Amino acid sequence: MSSSDQQPQDPQPVQPVQVFYCQVCTFPVEYCEFGSSLTRCKEWLAEAHPTVYEKFYSDEALQSKIGTLSLEAQAKLEKDTAKKEAKAEAKADAALKKKMASQVLIKRIERNKRKHVTAIHGLEAFDIDLKKAAKFLAQKFATGASVTKNAQGQDEVVVQGDVADEVLEIIEKAGSGNVLKGVPVANCEIVEEKKKKGAEGA
Amino acid sequence: MFKKFQPSSDISGQTPPKSSVQRSIRAAVLSQWKIEPETLEAIWPKKEGLIHVKCREHISIYTVHNEPLFFQHFDGPLYPTLRLLHKYPYILPKVGVDRGAIRFLLAGAHMMCPGFTSKGGYLPPADAALPVGALVAVHAEGKEHAVAIGITKLSTEEIKKVNKGVGVEIATHLGDDLWAIQSL
Ligand SMILES: [Zn+2]
Repeated sequence: MSSSDQQPQDPQPVQPVQVFYCQVCTFPVEYCEFGSSLTRCKEWLAEAHPTVYEKFYSDEALQSKIGTLSLEAQAKLEKDTAKKEAKAEAKADAALKKKMASQVLIKRIERNKRKHVTAIHGLEAFDIDLKKAAKFLAQKFATGASVTKNAQGQDEVVVQGDVADEVLEIIEKAGSGNVLKGVPVANCEIVEEKKKKGAEGA
Repeated sequence: MFKKFQPSSDISGQTPPKSSVQRSIRAAVLSQWKIEPETLEAIWPKKEGLIHVKCREHISIYTVHNEPLFFQHFDGPLYPTLRLLHKYPYILPKVGVDRGAIRFLLAGAHMMCPGFTSKGGYLPPADAALPVGALVAVHAEGKEHAVAIGITKLSTEEIKKVNKGVGVEIATHLGDDLWAIQSL
């Protein structure tokens, strides 16, 4: 585009630097060695960008990057990185296990003779945005839905009306883009909650 | 500043500031960073509203199109986010720490004077010395891109002279909880 012949040369904005970020740890690739996933970072880089990998992890590069750091300090750094990595992996494993073990309860709660509400409990364990889920379900069933604290003080999605079976079906079929995606149906259970004393309305 | 920072619990609200306030923020950015008005205009076009994201402990993050661009503690200086600094590295003066300091920095430590004065460190020469309270891009030995953004606690000449204690207070660094937030 030439705009110079129109106006007396407006100052042009400086173009941003394109930093090459690691797809695994999000750091600029030169900093992967300080993250907690170096092994995976290297695997990804060697596969996706072999020339860049060469630049950072060839023997020469490894030699020169030590810079003014003493050999002992470098060894300590590498040990630290390995430790950090092991720790991060253990943590991720534990988190995944916990996630796979957590339950989603879809509660059919009796309000009075004919009226029910459906409370969905435990979605947050699967990284579902509760507010978005409530909004989505409200729209889907053309009813009211909100995020409400239950008696134990935990957040639940509460939908007006008896939609427990439909919710389960939505979870089962949820594809990419759906707010309820990623919840394993095997972890969901529908339970009945009959009206009893102290069952307070939302 | 962003240790244990969780968007879900540490953000209290998002509001667009009044246009007069936006004007004064723009003026503050232009005076605090070494940035050309037209470049700032490309990052934050005047017709695009700035959003003020209010966070715990009087931290404010400012976003355009959900992308965090800068932040502030109370009404202190406006720090660019590290991702923005990576795009426009010249907007802040540079200091550098040696390789040994990197892992402490990434663990959230402020930077001690010896990290800058040792062989792998870097401070501007006397004729480009920085005063106390200057925003700085913290670079690291052997690395191209900045690793953190901080504010000087001593002038750079004093850092050379005193050579102990905290020289630069770190506001945000690679891998902190602000780094994790790519959009708000
Ligand atoms: Zn990486």
